[in-house]
Amino acid sequence: MMKRLGIYAALILGAIVFLYPFLWMLSATFKPELELGGFHLIPHRVTWENYRLVFTKIPILRAFINSLFVSATATTSVIVFGAMVGYALSRLSFPGRDLILNVILFTMMIPAQLTLIPLYTLIVRLGWADSYQALIVPGMMSGFAILLFRQFFRTIPQSLIEAARLDGCSEWQILFHIVLPLSKPVITTVGILTFMGMWNDLLWPLLVIHDRRLMTMPQVVALFSIGGLAEARVGAQLAAATLLALPIIAAYAFFQRTFIESMATTGLKG
Amino acid sequence: MNRSRRNQRKVRRKLESIGYLMSLPYILHFLAFGAYPLAFAFILVFHKWNIYLPMKWVGWGNIRFLIHDPLVWKALWNTFYFVLIHIPAQLVVALALAELLNRPVRGRTLFRAIYFMPVVISGVVITILWQQLYAQDTGLLNRALTAVGLPRIPWLTDYRLAMPSIAVMATWKNVGFYVVLFLVGLQSIPRSLYEAAALDGASEWKQFWHITLPMLNPTILLVLILSTIGGFSLFIEPYIMTGGGPANSTLSGVLYLYKQAFFFNRMGYAATIGFFWAMMIFVVVLLQRKVVERDVG
Repeated sequence: MMKRLGIYAALILGAIVFLYPFLWMLSATFKPELELGGFHLIPHRVTWENYRLVFTKIPILRAFINSLFVSATATTSVIVFGAMVGYALSRLSFPGRDLILNVILFTMMIPAQLTLIPLYTLIVRLGWADSYQALIVPGMMSGFAILLFRQFFRTIPQSLIEAARLDGCSEWQILFHIVLPLSKPVITTVGILTFMGMWNDLLWPLLVIHDRRLMTMPQVVALFSIGGLAEARVGAQLAAATLLALPIIAAYAFFQRTFIESMATTGLKG
Repeated sequence: MNRSRRNQRKVRRKLESIGYLMSLPYILHFLAFGAYPLAFAFILVFHKWNIYLPMKWVGWGNIRFLIHDPLVWKALWNTFYFVLIHIPAQLVVALALAELLNRPVRGRTLFRAIYFMPVVISGVVITILWQQLYAQDTGLLNRALTAVGLPRIPWLTDYRLAMPSIAVMATWKNVGFYVVLFLVGLQSIPRSLYEAAALDGASEWKQFWHITLPMLNPTILLVLILSTIGGFSLFIEPYIMTGGGPANSTLSGVLYLYKQAFFFNRMGYAATIGFFWAMMIFVVVLLQRKVVERDVG
């Protein structure tokens, strides 16, 4: 009995350690500056001043739309092309297929630091600095996504595909009308991982985007915090951070199980 | 007979060409944004270049400069310091929480979801939040210390403490991910092993040391490798929190590379740092694999 209590006490303590800072952050965004040092979670006096400062000082709405557009486009592309290449690699045989597979495995072993600068200079030379292409195009394809699709497609019975071929379906029809509708689990996994990675990334946008109108949300929030625009107002910095976290938290609240399982597959395959 | 064979060949040809067609986007994308930058990295290492003027061949110049650049070694030392605190903390906390969650407890999914939450949230958010927790005068941690009569701790302003502070924050952010990996590992251990050990009178601690830990070895190796790569990729945290200071004590490799490229336009040298950093990751990961695998054998 004592032991069970101890286990629950430890688990609850852990939950407080992870949850309390977030709750404090949320409440701090509604507190006047003087109240910020307190541990209490319900502000004595609620103020919208912090959010007003964020919306007047930085193009946060524009940044939100930029991030949404960039992440959604790249994610769609990663899913469509991932499924296409994954289908070719698992269901069609052609000379050089294994070579492509090995190339994918090889690219996944290369640390990003190695190609970061050459990739950046390529973007500049293409004239893509300060453009949506710079943010989207390098991330349109993912070797990892291809492998996930390939692995899933291999579990689909060959007889189903043969039957469709006999019925006169083209390979494109088989992929988009028969195989993909069966593949919701991989699509969600790839979708969540790609969207989250794109949404949270800071380093790449910092390198290729200098025009404030094209900046992504993490970039704008980070620069707001360190660039002095927040006038050292802690509440406003936290308000900007809260706005950045909100979409992912909202998605996580509904699909936490899928999030966790998707992330676990990256670890276990990586 | 002959016609059907010819027909079959025709069908196969068609499938082959569709296979190429479907793979084509990846091949083109790989050539432009994978292979080309990779090859160009090797060229950049031997050149001086600010992107706008023509490249200048410098031979081993960048590499010689790197070997004598104290900041590169400082960044490498900082990374080791970070990993040295981050990895053990991560292993102990993740394993402990996973071990607790692997028992028949109510609300397991809820606890797991709460521990995992910082993993999905942007490092930018986490860093801005922790900057306030660590703040010298108004920070919650120091307020808690002074409330019980203890002195304030200069979490981010002391050059000895800044990196450990960042390591603690990174542990808080990532540990939920490793809890989940350990849970998967724990659940794959056959129950019969424990039952047999219990029959032989082995205590719960003994079971943990002699069954759980050895069986979790692959997961531990995975956690080691992933956290090491994470340590070598450290950027957002020092960029926002400290800018690499105080006294370069939180300068990370990626932050240094970024500064060289962004503030000084030294593409050749920045690429050289990236190259060096990638090599270090390979070496460290290989070493870890060797050591852990020998321990298993």
